[in-house]
Amino acid sequence: MSGGGTEQIRVELDDVHLDFDGRRVFRGLSCGFPSGRISVVLGGSGAGKSTLLRMVGGLQRPDRGRVCVAGQEVARLSERELFAARQRIGMLFQGGALLDSMTIFDNIALPLREHAKLSEGAIAEAVERRLVDVGLPDTAQLLPRQLSGGMRRRAALARALVRDPEIVLCDEPFSGLDPVNVRRIEALLVEVNRRLGLTLIVTSHHLASSLRMADRLVFLVDGHAVSGAAAEILESRDPRVVEFLEAEGDARAGQAEARSANPGGPA
Amino acid sequence: MRSQPIEAVGLRVVGLLGQLGAFARFVAAIGRAVVVRPYRFARLVAEVFDIGVRSLAIICASGGVVGAVLALQGYYMLVRFGAEDALGTMVGLILVLELGPVLTALLTTGRAASAMAAEIASMVTTEQLDGLRMMSVDPIDFVVAPKAVAMVLVMPMLSALFIVCGIAGGYLVGVELLGLDGGSYLTSLEQSIDFADDVAQSLLKALVFGALAGFIATYRGYTAEPTAAGVSAATTGTVVVASVSVLMANYVITALWRAYGPPGGV
Amino acid sequence: MQASPVRDLAVGLFVLVGLAAIAYLSLQVGGLSYKGPGGLRLIASFDQIGGLRTRAPVVIAGVKVGRVTSIQLDPDLRARVTLDLDASLDLDVETSAAIRTSGLLGDQFVSLEPGGEDLMLQSGDEIAITESALSLEGLIGRFIHNADLGDEEE
Repeated sequence: MSGGGTEQIRVELDDVHLDFDGRRVFRGLSCGFPSGRISVVLGGSGAGKSTLLRMVGGLQRPDRGRVCVAGQEVARLSERELFAARQRIGMLFQGGALLDSMTIFDNIALPLREHAKLSEGAIAEAVERRLVDVGLPDTAQLLPRQLSGGMRRRAALARALVRDPEIVLCDEPFSGLDPVNVRRIEALLVEVNRRLGLTLIVTSHHLASSLRMADRLVFLVDGHAVSGAAAEILESRDPRVVEFLEAEGDARAGQAEARSANPGGPA
Repeated sequence: MRSQPIEAVGLRVVGLLGQLGAFARFVAAIGRAVVVRPYRFARLVAEVFDIGVRSLAIICASGGVVGAVLALQGYYMLVRFGAEDALGTMVGLILVLELGPVLTALLTTGRAASAMAAEIASMVTTEQLDGLRMMSVDPIDFVVAPKAVAMVLVMPMLSALFIVCGIAGGYLVGVELLGLDGGSYLTSLEQSIDFADDVAQSLLKALVFGALAGFIATYRGYTAEPTAAGVSAATTGTVVVASVSVLMANYVITALWRAYGPPGGV
Repeated sequence: MQASPVRDLAVGLFVLVGLAAIAYLSLQVGGLSYKGPGGLRLIASFDQIGGLRTRAPVVIAGVKVGRVTSIQLDPDLRARVTLDLDASLDLDVETSAAIRTSGLLGDQFVSLEPGGEDLMLQSGDEIAITESALSLEGLIGRFIHNADLGDEEE
């Protein structure tokens, strides 16, 4: 389902500048993320992939420029308005960011207990359903440290999804995972995107899975963004993109493209 | 080139004032989180367990031993003046006014406040606080405030337990070991210690020390660099800054109390 | 939050023990319990109070019955001491007040000695008969003075 037509832009960055610890991360970054699509942000380490997601989530304010999420300019919101705006955003952090003093169940139930006026029974039902979705049905009473890295990330994904957000931000969902877990999380992301029409923004340096799942690719190069529909941008032979792809190895990219014909399927 | 050292001092002062301002805003945010809904009672109970119940053993053991050694030293000092009957007074006053609140605060800083700073700092490092923010949960309200408030509430209780154990330790040495009269030990203690003058001062000190330890530990943890080095810097920084602040505050409170007497007193 | 009955119980016990320790220090050791409501207020004026402090104990026959609530200088330059006493005490108008010292160098306190009259003191009344504090320096001074006088007489 790559490219195509006039898509509604859900998240937009416009001429964003940011210095971080004296280092220039973004200098005039502009890009948009279409509604209901999977966008993958690619870039070397230090290119600002995580920072971009943090700006969309309102955790980091740009020095200059606009960050618009669903028509709201995030950088202009007060801390309290941000809490309201984040109700429709779910975020999967790189390490999972589960609270390690609480069980998996309590972690996933937390956003519901805090914001949804649901009975404990309804909460338990919603949590169990999400745990089954991510393939972790019997882990509810375990603590995060009792799970492997891949399981933790899947539990964190369940937490990001439990409030039925419109936009899900995933920071490096594949890094440090074995191929089986990469497939699993990838299939899960594609599946929720299809089923619920979520707007997904995924950062990755895992090229193969990125190319398999992406509707839209955003390359971060030298503080700027080169973005476009996945198929178009790969054909465009933009020198900055080519450089990145060559570094990662063209062979794997081609292999991945072939597979992207049938994404999904439970892993 | 004359202006350079002056400029450097100026920058340091501005930096220090900025830190102080940030700390004040942090404390105000905690205060607001305590007053405004939602109330985190269950989390407060969990923190009281971590700070209070888990510190009970070392506080009681330390208190008992300190009271015992005070009695031992005090006995040989007082017996020279034939005033060994004043042992209860001496042990009691030293424990109530100084060693109870101060040693309790130092022990609790070493055991609980440092752990508190390390926990919050590692939550910063592993993005757990950002995770809470993304779930529209204020980390000050959910994580920081229960810890800081628990520290303030627990400190006077631990300090009082330290003093009671110290009095008991002093009794063991003075009465059971050195053969003083048990009645006169307790009577001299009860007669010379006054609520408004001594016990109230002791409780006030413990409250202030609890606030210092709690706010400094949570602040250092909350503002830690998100690295392993940041976590250890927050931990050691908490022990050093909180301990020194407690000792300095102890002098200030004592001096003010001696100068002006108990607040609202005669 | 996961319910943990054992932990809740431990915290409950801890708070109980902690408050008990504070209460013991406040009531038993600190003697807060003494401040009974509706006490008998008496006033005694002394020429010399020595080191008497507010909150010093007031005793009858060695038993603590109250404390000093305030010390002021009255217009004729005597020390006006207000005592707060157990309201159930019946003290007659001939009661005398003296400032004594516990031990040689100990704290000073007010000792009351009842007389034999039928008329009782009411709250706010003044104790007529008072005995000032003995000042050690004064005593020694007087002793040396007397010794000098004795020498001269010889």
